[in-house]
Amino acid sequence: MNSSSHYDVVILGAGLSGLAAGVRLAHYGKKVCIFERHNAPGGLNSFYSIKGRKFDVGLHAVTNFVPQGVRGTALTRVLRQLRIDRSELDLCEQRRSRITFGREAAVTLNFSNQYALFESEVASHFPKASDGLKQLVERIKATDYSPDAPVLSARAVIKEYIHDLLLEDMLLCVPLFYGSAQEGDMSYSQFAMLFQASILEGLARPFEGIRPLIKVLLEKYRLGGGERRMKCGVSKLETKANKVTALVLDSGEIITADSVLSSIGALETHALFTQPSEDQAPEIKHEVKEGRVSFAETISIYEEQPTALGFSDETALFFNDSTRLDYSVPKDQVDTRCGVVCIPNHFNFGPDRKMPEGIVKITCLANYAQWAHLSEEKYRQDKALWYDKMQHSVLSYFPNLKPELLKSSLVQSDMFTPKTIKRYTGHLNGAIYGSPTKNIAGKTKFSNLYLCGTDQGFLGIIGAMLSGITMANTHILTKGVEA
Amino acid sequence: MTYDETKKVVLDIIADIAPDEDLSNLKSDLRLRDQVQLDSMDFLDIVMELRKRHGIEVPEAEYGRLASLDSCAEYLTPKFIALEAKR
Repeated sequence: MNSSSHYDVVILGAGLSGLAAGVRLAHYGKKVCIFERHNAPGGLNSFYSIKGRKFDVGLHAVTNFVPQGVRGTALTRVLRQLRIDRSELDLCEQRRSRITFGREAAVTLNFSNQYALFESEVASHFPKASDGLKQLVERIKATDYSPDAPVLSARAVIKEYIHDLLLEDMLLCVPLFYGSAQEGDMSYSQFAMLFQASILEGLARPFEGIRPLIKVLLEKYRLGGGERRMKCGVSKLETKANKVTALVLDSGEIITADSVLSSIGALETHALFTQPSEDQAPEIKHEVKEGRVSFAETISIYEEQPTALGFSDETALFFNDSTRLDYSVPKDQVDTRCGVVCIPNHFNFGPDRKMPEGIVKITCLANYAQWAHLSEEKYRQDKALWYDKMQHSVLSYFPNLKPELLKSSLVQSDMFTPKTIKRYTGHLNGAIYGSPTKNIAGKTKFSNLYLCGTDQGFLGIIGAMLSGITMANTHILTKGVEA
Repeated sequence: MTYDETKKVVLDIIADIAPDEDLSNLKSDLRLRDQVQLDSMDFLDIVMELRKRHGIEVPEAEYGRLASLDSCAEYLTPKFIALEAKR
C-alpha cells in the first residue's frame, strides 16, 4: 500500500471541531489529514467575501467568555489544550444584550457579561422567581455532562424551579437560538451548557470576526505537521465487519486510516456507507432523528454606525412578539415572530478601534422544504421579499429607528437561507444544529469511527472546539486510559 | 540528569500547558494540584508531553507519582538516566 494514502487518523470536515481535533492529533505526532469538501475552512463558522467586503457566516458571538485569570471553564480548557495564547484570539466583550418578549407591554430582561445584571433583572420582573433561579443556576453549575448522564427535558428541569411560563420561555430563548436542534424544548444538558456559556459566562467577539480564530487553528495544525485537503470531500466509507476499512474521496481516490473522526453529522456519515444495510448500522437509521430546525439570516451593511440609524447600543436582542415562544419549524418560509438581532459593532473593541461600517444581522427560524426546490429566479425574489419582512419585524424593538435612513444608508446586504446552510455544511434539511439526537460519547457501531462536532453535542464555537478536543483525546490519544 | 533538571523539564511542560498559571512560587514538596489549577486533561497532557519530548513513558497506574515536583523528580530522573545510558 502507498504509505502516502494511509493515515493514523482521517478527519471529515474542517469546521471548528475537526480543526481542533486535528491540532491535538498532529501535535502528538499522529499522521493526520482533514478532508473538507469546500474551499474555505470553518464549517458552520466560516467566512466569505462579496465585492471585496468580508462577511462572517454564523458568528454572532463567541460564547463562554470569562475574564483573564478565571480558570477551569470551557474557554480556558480549549485554550490550554490547543496551546493558544488568549491574546491571539483578541476576544472583545459584549456591551449588553436583552431578551424582549411581547410588543405592547413588553417584558425585557437585560444581560451582560456580569451575571448579576441578569439576576437583578429577573428579580425586578419576576420577584417570586428569584430563589428558584438561584437554585436552578446552582444545578446548572453542577451539571454532569458525561455520556452516562440521563437525558432530561430542559423544560421539565426548569419547571422544578420556575413556575412562570413567561420566564421559563425567556430562560430558554437564548439557549434555544444558540444551539437547539430540537423544536420547542432541548435536552437539559444542552440547555445547561448554553445557559452557562451565554448567560453565566458571556459573549465576546474578535475584532476581525471568525477569521483570526480559524487562522490560529490552521497555523497550529500546520506547525504540528497536519495535512489538509480542501475541495476534497469523502464520498464513501467502505466497511468490513465492525471497521471502516477505506475512504473513497470525491475524486475517486482511495485512502485508508486507522481511525476516522467525522464532524459531518451522524446521518450524513451514515449516508457514506457503501453498504448501508440493516445489519451494518441499524441503530443509526432508527435511533437518530433527522434535524429540521433551520434559520434564515440577513446581514446588512450600513454606511453609518448602527446607533446613528436609531439602533440601541446593545450587542444582541433576542425578540419574541408574544408571551410564549414558538421555537419550531415554521410552515411558511420564515417565521418573523421571533429571532435574534446581532450588532457586531457593539462589542467593546477599545477606544482605538471601530468598525468602519455598521453591520446588523437578523436571524429567524426558517423552513428548509420551502426554500430547497425553488427556481433560481423565485429563490432570489423570495429572498428579497423575506429580507424586507425580517427587517420590518424588528422595527418595533428599536423605537428610535429611522426606516428611511436604513434604506439610504444601506451599502450592501446578503441573506442566507436553509438552502445555503445545506449547500455549505452538508447538513440534512439545512439543519443548522444538526440532529436532535446527540451522541455525547461519540462512539459508533464501528470500532474505529467516531463522531465530533454538531451531532456529538458540545455547542457553540468554544463547544465545537471542545468537542473535537475531547473526542480526539478520548478515542485516539488516550484510548483505554483513564485520568 | 539531576533532580533539579528533571523538575525543570516538568516545569517547562506545565508552563507550556498552562501559560496562565504563575509557577514562580511552586513548592516542590506540595501537590501540584493544590498550587496550580491542573485538571485531569492537563495531567494527561503532562504525560503525553513527556512521551513526545523525551520519549519517557508513564504507565497509567503510575500517574500518581507525578503529584508533586519532588515526586516527579524521584520517579522520572531514573527514567531519564536509563534513557541516556541507552543512547
